[in-house]
Amino acid sequence: MTSFHINGRAVTVDAEDDTPLLWVIRDTIGLTGTKFGCGIGMCGACTVHVGGRPTRSCITPLASVAGAKVTTIEGLDPEGRHPVQRAWADLQVPQCGYCQSGQIMQAVSLINDFPSPTDRDIDAVMAGNLCRCMTYVRIRNAIKQAAAQSKKVATDE
Amino acid sequence: MSKLQHQSALSRRGFLIGVAGAAVTFGFASKEGAAEEPGSNPFEPTIWYSLDRDGIVTVNITRAEMGQHIGTAIARILADELEVEWSNVRISAVDTDPKWGVMSTGGSKSVWTDFPIYSRAGAAGRIALIEAGAKLLGVTPSQCLARQAAVVAANQSISYGDIVRRGEPTRKFTPDELAKLPIKPASERRLIGKKTDALDIPTKINGTARYGIDAVVPGMVYARPKIPPTRYGSVVRAVDDSAAKRVKGYLASLVLEDPSNTVPGWVVVCAASYPAAIRAADLVKVDWAAGDAARVSEQDVLDHGAKQIAAPHGGALLVDDPGIDSAFRAAGSTLERTYTTASVLHAQLEPVNALAFEKDGRFEIHTGSQAQSAILPVLARALRLPQERIIMRTYPIGGGFGRRLNTDFAVPAALAAKALGKPVKLVLTRPDDMRFDAFRSPSIQKLQLAFDVQGKVTAMEHHASAGWPTAVYVAPANMPKAPDGNPFDPFAIDGADHWYSVGAQRVRALSNDVANTAFRPGYLRAVGPGWTNWAVESFMDEAALMARADPVAFRLGLLDGAGRNAGSAPSSVGGARRQAAVLKRAAEKAGWGTSMPKDTGLGVATTFGQARSMPTWVGCVARVRVDRRTGTVAVEKLTIVVDAGTLVHPDGALAQVEGSALWGLSMALHEGTEFVNGQVKDANFDSYTPLRIGDVPELDIEFIDSTEAPVGLGEPGTTVVAPAIGNAVFAATGARLRHLPIRQAAVLKALASEKPSSR
Repeated sequence: MTSFHINGRAVTVDAEDDTPLLWVIRDTIGLTGTKFGCGIGMCGACTVHVGGRPTRSCITPLASVAGAKVTTIEGLDPEGRHPVQRAWADLQVPQCGYCQSGQIMQAVSLINDFPSPTDRDIDAVMAGNLCRCMTYVRIRNAIKQAAAQSKKVATDE
Repeated sequence: MSKLQHQSALSRRGFLIGVAGAAVTFGFASKEGAAEEPGSNPFEPTIWYSLDRDGIVTVNITRAEMGQHIGTAIARILADELEVEWSNVRISAVDTDPKWGVMSTGGSKSVWTDFPIYSRAGAAGRIALIEAGAKLLGVTPSQCLARQAAVVAANQSISYGDIVRRGEPTRKFTPDELAKLPIKPASERRLIGKKTDALDIPTKINGTARYGIDAVVPGMVYARPKIPPTRYGSVVRAVDDSAAKRVKGYLASLVLEDPSNTVPGWVVVCAASYPAAIRAADLVKVDWAAGDAARVSEQDVLDHGAKQIAAPHGGALLVDDPGIDSAFRAAGSTLERTYTTASVLHAQLEPVNALAFEKDGRFEIHTGSQAQSAILPVLARALRLPQERIIMRTYPIGGGFGRRLNTDFAVPAALAAKALGKPVKLVLTRPDDMRFDAFRSPSIQKLQLAFDVQGKVTAMEHHASAGWPTAVYVAPANMPKAPDGNPFDPFAIDGADHWYSVGAQRVRALSNDVANTAFRPGYLRAVGPGWTNWAVESFMDEAALMARADPVAFRLGLLDGAGRNAGSAPSSVGGARRQAAVLKRAAEKAGWGTSMPKDTGLGVATTFGQARSMPTWVGCVARVRVDRRTGTVAVEKLTIVVDAGTLVHPDGALAQVEGSALWGLSMALHEGTEFVNGQVKDANFDSYTPLRIGDVPELDIEFIDSTEAPVGLGEPGTTVVAPAIGNAVFAATGARLRHLPIRQAAVLKALASEKPSSR
């Protein structure tokens, strides 16, 4: 039995300790926005936040998140209107969309860590997120737009 | 693949508009000549769209949504002609039903194929609503026009919703009438060509989009296959699952009996959860007698192709102009080059998967498919069921690129569900997916050019050998026939029949049977044009060098639009002159002819996209920098100009060119695998390494303004980039590459062998 919080909700899961968190999120809890891509942490489709840090859930054992706060794409914003999500909609980033939950979760962390990301910051932090449709140009532009928007909100507040 | 069948199937049908209860349905009646009153049974509610009493239009989409925003484009086509407000338009991705005709999404053909169908469906609805609205308003139809979902006459109007609510009579269009329906002139378009947000995007941003891999049904079990050592011919000798029994939730290992022979030698490991299925499958030991392909590798395929090319006979002659042999005999000089390409994996990010179960006497398959019509007969053979008792539920696709034109993965899911008697959700892990891929065949091509004594191009030959993807599903007798009567797969030769005027021409397509029997050749983004243009456009550069001509000027000289290259209505109006225009424009934009820094060069290429019948004119200039020490090729910028005729959804069009161009780059430098003893060498993203964000160059993409027929956009960008890069490497360093992908070692080798005089 492992207990943790997901998207603000307390859950207790009866699964083996070394079960990858990805399958617990998708199949046990039923939040399917987090995707399976490679199973070895090389594509980033399964990216969630654990304690606010971007984490590849496909290689994260369930036991390691005991007591932690996990956030998935579904819990990023109650309305699905996080500045990163709004920029993604504005710039029409997704094509097939399969990698985009992971891209968005990674991008949210990027902007938290680097409020004014340079191209090099983006290259470095987003390097682990593969987009097979190759929407990279739009991902980069959307990150910059979301960062600018987040800073503006922070300044206004 | 399906265009002709689809169109003829539709033209045999009458077009029906009826008011039935609260909704008007517009569509093609199942039988020609059916003329019963609305509400009476013989009318099949076959519909392309419906309009309800609230004025909501729901458009039925039969094409797979895999990132091209196809539903949005098709709905825009229809809504424009119907004259409805975009905010009232919904799209519905339909499940399989014979009434839809052929369901297949590939070849960049959806908009091209569907534009006339949905335009006329919209026009028919508009005309019927005007007639019904005029009657309700007490005026004649000629006094009315349709705007923003209302019929308007002078100072009065009635909304479409109200017309539906008042249940006005029906109007039927014969196929002849339908064919003559006035389609709006481009100047009257209100939605086509205007910016809009894609309807499929919101759910892809908040995690609610549900792909095949997200499908669930109560009581289902999970499954993962053991992939046999060869695609064909493997036989299971023994299964030992004793170790798997220690895995909590492990259920069974099924040796599939597959009458369709789609997945010979498969063992499917079932468990209560997917992680348990993964673990159990790792522990299940299967002893196989491998198929013959266990002794076949990449070089065997290429060697066989080389032999086929060297033999004077065999294959299909798509073009075989009289006088070609004499032109070569009379030539002042000739050029001959051979080009090769390696196997390429789809590596679509959603691993293939399917959920299958029997319910109410029918088999349901829940999966993302690009070609339901191709797999349904196979599923019927596998399950020994009539096709009518199998339905495929439609899901958005987490990456198509042609992988899901082979919906072969649905077969083992269905067989396992049948064997277990309960719903089975089969998911392939990444290594399973890559090993089971219907990947892009290796190719080998020989090109020859003849110049007369004055240096004028007088003849050209192109011989291409590769695996033929269409041969997987289509018997030779039913394959397209070349003028010489021999069958050929257009998807393995299109592109070789280019629009350059080269005098007498010969184009020969060779089916590489070593490839065809060793693995399942697949359709991979651009398919044949992905390799034929690598050859044609590298060769044109080599020919320009031999002619001591500028590569752009040399090509423009051959793109004269003469003879068979003049083009014709409806899809290739302007012919080669439009190709010349995109090439010129790309060269201009990229600063062609300006001096470049050391080891930096511009390379050019131009193609017509996918097929002569549907040319998408593309010109590309790549700017690359070569590191002479490491052999690394860095692409700094791609300048691309596209003439795709009318752009229905301009931002979607741009997105397709962005993605397809980067696919071209990725295949040129970052991808490529190797077939080794019956298996592809790479099985995950640790060693198979598609382009990532840090290697994306600057993109400068421009579309030519046009109101010509809309053509394809999913693949053409892919076809032009690799040769532009290869030519740029030559411009930068004098090193000529003739194999894809371009690896550092090959660049170093070419640099070492380069003689200063060869530039």
